[in-house]
Amino acid sequence: MPSLKDLRLRINSVKSTRKITSAMKMVAGSKLRRAQTAAEAARPYAARMERMLGALAASVAGMAGAPPMFAGTGSDNVHLVIVTTSDRGLCGGFNGSIVRSAKALVNDLTKQGKTVQLLFIGRKGRDQMKREYGNLVIDAYENVGRRGVTFAEADAIARRIGVMFAEGHFDVCTIVYNRFKSAITQEVTRQQLVPFPAPPVPEDVGGHAVAKAIYEYEPSEEAILAELLPRNLAIQVFRALLESNASEQGARMTAMDNATRNAGDMINSLTIRYNRTRQAQITKELIEIISGAEAL
Amino acid sequence: MAETTEFELVSPERLVMSASVEMVVIPGSEGDFGALPRHAPMITAVRPGVIDVYRGGKVSDRIFVAGGFVEVTETRVTVLAEEALAVSDLVAEEVEKRVGAAVEALQEADSDAARHLAERGLAVAHAMKDALLARKAH
Repeated sequence: MPSLKDLRLRINSVKSTRKITSAMKMVAGSKLRRAQTAAEAARPYAARMERMLGALAASVAGMAGAPPMFAGTGSDNVHLVIVTTSDRGLCGGFNGSIVRSAKALVNDLTKQGKTVQLLFIGRKGRDQMKREYGNLVIDAYENVGRRGVTFAEADAIARRIGVMFAEGHFDVCTIVYNRFKSAITQEVTRQQLVPFPAPPVPEDVGGHAVAKAIYEYEPSEEAILAELLPRNLAIQVFRALLESNASEQGARMTAMDNATRNAGDMINSLTIRYNRTRQAQITKELIEIISGAEAL
Repeated sequence: MAETTEFELVSPERLVMSASVEMVVIPGSEGDFGALPRHAPMITAVRPGVIDVYRGGKVSDRIFVAGGFVEVTETRVTVLAEEALAVSDLVAEEVEKRVGAAVEALQEADSDAARHLAERGLAVAHAMKDALLARKAH
């Protein structure tokens, strides 16, 4: 049976915990709004890039000498898996679900006899996976998107991937990240970045099918495609980072909301216990006084 | 009113401009070209430079882009820029700083890939400086 003083101390400690979690919830909420706006602002570029790529893909389809970033290297022995998590914890199942999916993917690939390499964006993923898969880790990026994701950061990562691919370090590249659905739900998504799956040819834009509109290419299809593909890689990484960032804030907001509510419940039940104990003690003291007086 | 074409300029971070315009002059990788309404469909790369937007018979906007791509169809012109900002927003000191940083990066580059990147960065910085000088000359 805890004493009155113990109970009082516990109530105070839970109260300060509640203050922290509710402040974190507010912060996550405002960051979420910003992250969501950023994700929406990036959409037009991605959509137009996809349209252009679709038209290009249609015109180079079947042509010999398509760039390997599009057509693949012809084998799929070495896989690069990019795991996108957060740098900080306290965001519910956000990192856990990513790590689970990434582990499943790595195990699958290993079972098929493929070589797997891991690249982490975010500290939490590396921390949770390095014990089991430490020998597969190439590198980990930290503090990406600390002050909002910028395109320059995504570009730097994409360039590194591009250089690694050009030097023949891997054949297939997949990124695992949380896709933002709403503040309460995130969806773990695996997306293949290299070789990039051709987007469907956009139908009927501006009155006639784009596939039939014969574009002139300057200097040539291949040259444009060779320029466009690394850009597209950067855009895809950028999009994954933005989605992941928005998801993280959403997950943290939900987790902190739950924690705040739980702390409130705990404070209530502790207060009831505190009051009961206090009353019992007063009753006991009264009985002692009365029985002492009667004995005289 | 003169015939117009739909002009869109997007950077990875946002939609920079979307308007009906009479003509845009774009620094293509194979040379500058003007895109008018009913231009033949084409896709080309853009080198770092200034895009001139014509509305109402004169240049209404001058926008610096750090390279990218453009898709022209008969009814629209879409520019995917790596970086885009109005020429009037360029600040002399920042441009100088960027040129300096690019030169330094080029000197420090130790592999072919890094050198290639640094050269591109320097080209962008120089184009920015040219745009700035051209603005002052006007």
